[in-house]
Amino acid sequence: MIVADKKPIEEIIETIKEYTNILLLGCNECVTVCEAGGKKEVEILASALRMYFLNKGKEVHIDEITLERQCDHEYLEEIRDRMDQYEAVVSLACGVGVQFMAEKYQSTPIYPGVNTCFLGVTEQRGVWSERCQACGQCVLALTAGICPISRCAKRILNGPCGGSTKGKCEIDKDLECAWQLIIDRLKALDRLDDYETLFSIKDWSSDRAGGPRKVVREDVQE
Amino acid sequence: MRLSYPVNIKIVRVPCTGKVDIIHILRAFEKGADGVYLVGCMEGDCHFNQGNFRARKRVEQAQKILDTIDIGGERVQMYNLSSSEGPLFAKYAEEMDKRIRDLGPNPIKLAKKKKAA
Repeated sequence: MIVADKKPIEEIIETIKEYTNILLLGCNECVTVCEAGGKKEVEILASALRMYFLNKGKEVHIDEITLERQCDHEYLEEIRDRMDQYEAVVSLACGVGVQFMAEKYQSTPIYPGVNTCFLGVTEQRGVWSERCQACGQCVLALTAGICPISRCAKRILNGPCGGSTKGKCEIDKDLECAWQLIIDRLKALDRLDDYETLFSIKDWSSDRAGGPRKVVREDVQE
Repeated sequence: MRLSYPVNIKIVRVPCTGKVDIIHILRAFEKGADGVYLVGCMEGDCHFNQGNFRARKRVEQAQKILDTIDIGGERVQMYNLSSSEGPLFAKYAEEMDKRIRDLGPNPIKLAKKKKAA
């Protein structure tokens, strides 16, 4: 899932302080799971903002809506007839949702309510960590299901660098060396031969190096 | 025991303090409550194992939010006691009542009154 973190309330207040009619828009997908931008977080933020502005003597109307997703046309269309009511929207979806809202509703300012962080997993409640950088050319088949692109600080292929010590990365003594993990797992799977397979120079054009990316699938297009 | 405690305290019964969410605490302030405190079972004695620990964390988060928006985080408190500790229940009520009286009314209540006038 896309992992996001809460933005400080002070920052959101600073962004929207000039408006009097605001919509807080949550998203029911990834940001709900990582407890940053779902229905609950929308409720809490709305309540806090209402109290803040009331306390400052400013009359601000704040509505709350949480959509199934903010990255698909059909869900964003659900609020089209209500959008005229609002001077601004704070979207608690990831950066994708914020941008898709902005594309769809050109005349209303859309502000981000969370900081979008990475593609990751829930290690345990309250701890999320990165697992994928969406490089566009998955190498997991040869790396025992452990990604050296997202989990190695240098994103290197073909084994660990000289900074790998006792299974830890040189940038942080608590960070596992991805290549150590890969070798250990290849051993456990009895597939160490995969480690002998040399990766050629990776084509980074399908990563961010090639600019904004797009997937076009004619087979499913209408 | 027939102990007395401040009459201005309204008790909201919940099956477990783990049921109380941050939004419930915030809504109480939005509606004009001057203070909110949760009384849970002793830590380690929760029938649902984690309920009172969750409640404590939520109280801490509510405190942070209330501090950020200038309402005052000290208006929220978590207490723990066992069901046989009636005198302690009354003591906590007195303690919270005194703290809130020292802090004064909820600014939201005052702002609402000002708006209505």
